[in-house]
Order: sequence, then structure tokens, then C-alpha cells
Amino acid sequence: MMERAPTTVDGGTPMQRDSATTIYERSVEDRRAATLPEAGVPERPLDEVIPKRLLRQRPAELPEVSEPEIVRHYNRISRRNFDLDTGFYPLGSCTMKHNPRLNERVAALPGHARLHPAQEPKRAQGALEVMWLLQQSLAEICGLPHVSLQPSAGSHGELAGLLLTRAYHADRGETRTKVLTPDTAHGTNPATVTMAGFEVVKLETNERGGIELDDLRAKADDETACLMLTNPNTLGLFDENISEIAKIVHDAGGTLYYDGANLNAIMGRSRPGDMGFDIVHVNLHKSFSQPHGGGGPGAGPIAVSDRIEPYLPRPQVVRREGRNGGEPQFDLDFERPKSIGRLRGFQGNFGVFVRSYAYILSLGGDGLQEASETAVLNANYLLARLGEGRAGRYTPVAFDRRCMHEFVLSGAPAKKELGVQTLDIAKRLLDYGMHPPTVYFPLLVDEALMVEPTETETRETLDAFADAIEAILAEAEEDPEIAKGAPYTTPVRRLDEAAAARKPVVREMRGRA
Amino acid sequence: MLAAIGVASIDELFEEIPEALRLGRPLELPDGKPETEVYDRLSALASRNSHAEAETSFLGAGMYDHYVPALVDAITSRSEFLTPYTPYQPEISQGGLQVMFEFQTAMSELTGLPVSNAALYEGPSAVASAAYLAIGATGRRKLLASRGVHPHSRESLVAYGVGYGSELIEVPLTSSTAATNTAAGQTDASALAEAIDDETAAVFLQQPNFLGAVEDIELLASAAKERGALVVVACDPIALSILKPPGECGADIAVGEGQPLGNRLDYGGPSFGFFCASQEHIRRMPGRIAGETTDVDGRRGFVLTLQTREQHIRREKATHNICTAQALNALAGMVHLAWLGKRGFVELGELLVRRSAYARERLAALDGVELLHEAPVMREFAVALDAPVTDVLDRCAAEGIGAGYPLAREYPEYENGLLVAITERRSRQDIDRLADVLAGAVADLRGARVAEGVA
Repeated sequence: MMERAPTTVDGGTPMQRDSATTIYERSVEDRRAATLPEAGVPERPLDEVIPKRLLRQRPAELPEVSEPEIVRHYNRISRRNFDLDTGFYPLGSCTMKHNPRLNERVAALPGHARLHPAQEPKRAQGALEVMWLLQQSLAEICGLPHVSLQPSAGSHGELAGLLLTRAYHADRGETRTKVLTPDTAHGTNPATVTMAGFEVVKLETNERGGIELDDLRAKADDETACLMLTNPNTLGLFDENISEIAKIVHDAGGTLYYDGANLNAIMGRSRPGDMGFDIVHVNLHKSFSQPHGGGGPGAGPIAVSDRIEPYLPRPQVVRREGRNGGEPQFDLDFERPKSIGRLRGFQGNFGVFVRSYAYILSLGGDGLQEASETAVLNANYLLARLGEGRAGRYTPVAFDRRCMHEFVLSGAPAKKELGVQTLDIAKRLLDYGMHPPTVYFPLLVDEALMVEPTETETRETLDAFADAIEAILAEAEEDPEIAKGAPYTTPVRRLDEAAAARKPVVREMRGRA
Repeated sequence: MLAAIGVASIDELFEEIPEALRLGRPLELPDGKPETEVYDRLSALASRNSHAEAETSFLGAGMYDHYVPALVDAITSRSEFLTPYTPYQPEISQGGLQVMFEFQTAMSELTGLPVSNAALYEGPSAVASAAYLAIGATGRRKLLASRGVHPHSRESLVAYGVGYGSELIEVPLTSSTAATNTAAGQTDASALAEAIDDETAAVFLQQPNFLGAVEDIELLASAAKERGALVVVACDPIALSILKPPGECGADIAVGEGQPLGNRLDYGGPSFGFFCASQEHIRRMPGRIAGETTDVDGRRGFVLTLQTREQHIRREKATHNICTAQALNALAGMVHLAWLGKRGFVELGELLVRRSAYARERLAALDGVELLHEAPVMREFAVALDAPVTDVLDRCAAEGIGAGYPLAREYPEYENGLLVAITERRSRQDIDRLADVLAGAVADLRGARVAEGVA
């Protein structure tokens, strides 16, 4: 198979293909990088200060490596990663937009980077003002008046949202046990429901990819605490019945939670608050350009309506008018008797707030709107391109509607007619130097490919992606084994995930003394 | 592009949104600005913060002003680490996955527990996540936490606990007058033994505790073990350079705030939380875990493993809702640990112990300053001032010294308590200056109060 398959592709990214060696295996006794300062105080035996039985018997086995070797090691393994700065990354629902480097620079200013979180608010006025300004900006973008920046990620914001919902109902003397989530929901939604002590009730999807209203009417009742929804949803489709959905849920006494993963579709065009949502989380690492860092950090602030505000996490950043015409003062407000309390330490992921605020300042209101417009334009253009030729035949769009910022294709015909699965197409794309779309999600689409190009990609890049899909399908018509054996050019080829899970090896044992 | 789509305008693309829900006006935000102006604006705001380069800071309370080696910045700013998503496609994510694997190894070594995940958001939420595991593992819902556990962690346990249906009971610290089997400032072992029962899912301890006291984890854990409760220890990772690892003291789970490892203060985040456990809990762990395997050609590689625990597979039956691994922050921690190395890490721990001991003695010798407790300390200690602590702090700040953390913010029982943290960046000269400035401030303000009282 390897002989006949044209496995390398022009423009594919050559990555580092050495065999994997960990930093522990590079360890040689007594090598080191750091030189620490002298203590400069009287020497004394450790066990004179701390009783011996509380001390370690042997040092932790950390690597012993020189600085040049550390640099070389991490540089080499970095080249075993594909990244957004190198190539197209149309990972649906993840909003892989360009990360402006200015944001890194301002986050690294000593006034931000070396500010201690327990610093007295009066000596951290600049930081609190940044937080307050970001709160105000997110409130305007979401159409909801109150914002807490505390949650550390989207899933953390979801948990905050459901705890807020619980507090809201409890304050009204109600115990509600059920949370409605559509079958297209992100996995975090049902997982959060359980963590927050509720029970999941699944909602069906109608033929237009939205919520099935009759199903919702049947299931929304006085046990319903909340409906969690993404709009546009994970199919990239705007649920045009949202006002009716909101009315049904509100009439039943529940709250409406907006999963902001797809906010990048609608900034400046439509607002979750205006749709009737009570609580929204915003992924700053998606719509507001915080780099994803290989899986973190991010931040998941929440915006809420007036009726939810009393329960927001503690502390809240507030602005107080200056006395006698003086400068306004920013402060941390802990006096929030109905608050759900704290979901993490200190004030949240401040470094992420600085980057996101810098992004909002750079783009401005008009620029944010243009970002969403271009994201939707790019997605629809790519969808149109993929409607042509082999892609249109083998990987058709799952719901034939105009999409918002992303769309979902179904690889079912490719599987049936070519014997090539979505996984194979995804793996073959790696040889073309592109990150594949999100695959096998949402679950209700057979052989799903979820494509989100974002606004920061050029038409040429979108065309190249469409051409790559076309080429992969053409190859598959000739010889499906090419895709099924892919990838060929990557640092490693397909990995045995089942073996990894059966007998987990989760730490290095090589190179140990 | 519009023609290819078959529409006449951008507006047409948004017709999917019902007219009543279209905003129909510009966002009320300022217009976009060029890079130079954005930089200047944020730089001006940053300059209004009193940061650790503008003052000599002895603030700690869970986050510490350690030196972050230049190497960390160089490696974490590489596009290949900075800009990818979670490693869903392992064939092109071997760098990130290997970092997770190395990080897990390091955290496992530090904590003395065999299984580590690839990091959680940060410290206190990691503590709350341990409760979720403990409740699932034991089927019990009562949680005990020492009052020496960081207040933010205890508050997170309460807030998350509303969802878990758990209750939190606090175990006091010994006071200097109580006759107990542990030293003042440490968790009261007999109160713990008394509070624990067959409904207790987990006991939460912190090493060193919030007052800086090194706890006797082994002693405290034994009581919990007898009743079948899990022992969770929140640790300062730097302290694990010299303190007995929790895994060797009977802990089932070790968690903590990872900021002291390679992460800057950033006014509280982003950093990472670590989460390590004994082998039996591996399938209940929250978060991402990297595992070793081989590819179709038999080459060594890494994947995200045990994913059937996770939300994207298991949905409402997941062990946690988290997707984040704070991968970049964990990388910073790993690089810092590699830079310190096996010996440097121990030397750092020893340096902190010696300088802290020196500082503690220096301050305790001042008029109007007493030790709040006499338990052994590693890198942070508490004193009681005979003057209003907030006024003292203001006075010190005016002299360019951030003297520490006023304990009364979280512990009303220590009205004029001050928590002082030492890092390798605080030299003997800095400590001497702290002592001088503090002595002056206390003397003045003590006098003022007496004078006021007389008047």
C-alpha cells in the first residue's frame, strides 16, 4: 500500500519525526540549569526548623539537564505540534481565530504580570479598571447588564450558571430538579447538569436543526429549572424559534442559559439578552482571541439579567463614584449576601482579561461586528465551495440551510460509497498540512464533520481547504486505502488508543535512577 | 464571495435571525484603535498598579512572587505551544501530549502519588473537584476541612457543594493556649477525630496551611483512614521540595495551586491546578490525562487517554465537566521544574526555609510584634501586631514595602494578624528593611492608638 500511495502532498507541513524521548531520559546526574542566590542568612540544619519526620527522605526525581539541553528538548518537541500560526485550523465550535501578539505584550507588562492578587484594591486600580471595562464591554455585546469575570472556562461558566439558577429558584422557595438540553448540546452541558445536582432532560431536534417545539412544550414544566442552549447551535444554525422557546421556558418558570461557544457568529448583529436568555457564558479564548495554549488557559465570564444579579459569584468588581468630584474608585465587593460564593481563588484569569480587553479595544464595536460578519461570510463561502464536486456528493451538508459561522457535513455517503470514514478524511487532511474539522460531533449527524473557518482566514486558504477535500475524495475513488492508512507524514501515525486506555501508562518510568 | 454563496449582501446572510432579534444599531463600544494606542492605553492602566517590581512585596496567601526563568517565557511563547487547541488529533499534537506526560510524571514525583492528570483550572477549584471524586468514590456527602485550608478553597467547597448535595464542616486550628497533641497553628487533631464519622467522604487538609504552619499530615490522616474517609491534601508545590510527600503520609488525593511553578502572578491567573491520586481512583479522575502508546508502525507516542471519563464521551455521566487542561501554564511549570532540576528544587526549598526562619526571628524580636503561632514553617509565617494592621500596611506601602497579607480579611479572630511570605527574590537586605519599616510603623501607630485612648 505504501508503495503506490502518493502519501506526501505539496504544502504539507514537515514535522519533527524523531522517536519520542522525554526530558527524564535526557537526565544525567549532577547536570543542572539553575543557579540560585546564596541564602545570605545563617546556615542551619533543616531538621532544626522542621521536625525530621515531616521532611522528605529522598528528593523528588526531577530531570537533571543543562539549560541548552532544556531549550533543545522543548524546541524539538514543539515541532511535533501543529498550530494555528502554521496552518488552517477549522475546528468547529472552537473558534480558532488569529491571536494578536499585541495582547501577549500588554499582558506581560510588569503592572499586570507581577501584580499580586491579594494587593489592596486601592493599589490595584488599573487592574480593577481593566476588569470593570471588560465587564461593561461584555454586557453590551451580550445584551445583559451584569457580568462576573470569575469563571475560568466555558464549562466553569456553565456550572456557575446552573448554581445561579439553583440559587434563584431557592430564593423564591422553589425546588426544581430538571435541566433541559437539546441532543445537539456540547457534552459539557449534560456533564454540568449532573455536577450541579440536576437531572438531564434531552430535547429533540426538528427537521430544520432547531429545537422541536412540541417536545419542548411537553417537557417544560414546574420541575424545569433551566434550558441550556447554544444559538446558533452546534449545527451552526440559528434557531429562529428562539423567542417562542424563551416564552415556553419562562412561562414554565425556568431560566434560559446561553452557551456562548458560538458567540463569534453574532457579535453586533444579535444579542443573547435580547433573545430572552437570563445567563450567558462567554469563552474569551474563542470569540475574544485568547490563545488556546494547547488546551488552556481560557476564561468563561458570565453575563446575567437583573433577576439573576443578586446571586453572582463573590467578589464582584464595582466602580464607585469619587467623593467631591474626585476620580472614580474601583473595588472588590464582597458584601453580596445572596451570592453563590466563590468558584475559584482570587479574581479569575486576569491575564486573559487583559488580552481580551486589548482585543476589544483594537477592534472596537464596529470591528467586532465586522469580525462576526466575516466569520459568517467565510463559513457560507466555504460551505458553497464544499457543495460543489465530490464534496457535495460524498460529504453533503447535514441540514441544507444558510449557516452562521460554522456548518456540519455528513460523511455518511463517503462511508457508504467509498468505504472511507470521516475519521479517514480527517487523518488524510493532516498530510495536507491542515487541521481537520471537529469530527463525530454533534452526535445526531452521522459521520459528522463540523467546520468553522473563522474571520481571520483568507479566501485563498478556504479554497485550499476545499481543494484538499476534493483531492482526498478523488484519491479515495481511486484507492480508498490511501485515506484509510493516513496520515503518513506526521510525527507518528495512527495511535493505539485502546491499548493506552486498557493499561494506562501515565508517567515516565524510563531514565529513573 | 457573496456571488459564490448566491447572496447580494452580508445582511442577507443574517436573515436567518428574525428581524425583531437583530440589533439594528452599532454596539455602544468605542471605535477600533491602532496597536500603538491600545498599547499606550493598557500601559497607562498597568502603571496604576503597585506590582512586585514597584514595591518589595511579602504578599503570599496562596500565590508567590517566585522568579520565573527567562527560559519559561521563551518556550511558552512558541507558536507551537501557544496557539494549538486541545490535542484531539494526536498525530499532530505529540509535542503537547508529551509535555502533559512529562508534567504528570513531575507532579506524581512531587506528591508521591502514582497518577496525575494534565492539570485543572487552578487551586481552589481543584480542591472542590477532589470533593466530587470523594463523594463518587465513597457514596458519602459529608466533608471536613481544616480551618487551615485556604479560605478560597473552603468557599469553593461550599459553593460546589450546593450542587453535590454535600455539607462542609470546619475543623479548628489549635490555639496557643489549648493543650492538644499538635502545636499551635496546626489543625486540631482531636477535634478532627471527633468530627469524623461514617458519613464523612473526605477530610481536606493543606500543607503548609494558610497560616504557614507545616502540618503533621500522617497524624491527621490516620484518623480519617480509620473511618474510611478519603484524605485530600492541598499542597504548595514548592514546599514539596523538602516536605514529606502527601502520598507517603496517607493522602489519597493531592491537589494544589500550581502558580509557584513557573507562572507569574497575573493578579491571580491564569495558572494551573494539579490533581494527583492513588491508583484506585484513576478512572474517577477529572480532566485530561495523557498516556503512552504506540502507532501502527510501532513507534512510541502519546494520546489523551481514559476519555470515557470525560464529558465529550460520557456526557451526564462524566466524572467532571471540565475540558481545560491549562496546558500552557502546566508547560511553564514543567520547564521551571526542569530548570531547577532535582538538586536545584531542593536547594530552593532549603533557601526558603532558612530565609523564612531568619525573617520570622527578625520580626518576632521587634517591639509590638509577636508570633501568631510557633509551629514549624517553610516559606510563610504569621505574626500578630500590636497596632492596627491596615494602617501599618499603608505606612509600609508608603515606604515601598508590601509587608504581607492582613489575616483579618479572612480570619476575624486574628484581628491584627499579618501573614508574611518569603521567596528567593526577597533577599536578606529586603527582610532587614521589612523589619525596620515594620518596627517603625508599629511603634508609631501603637503610640498613636495609646495616645488616642488616653485622650
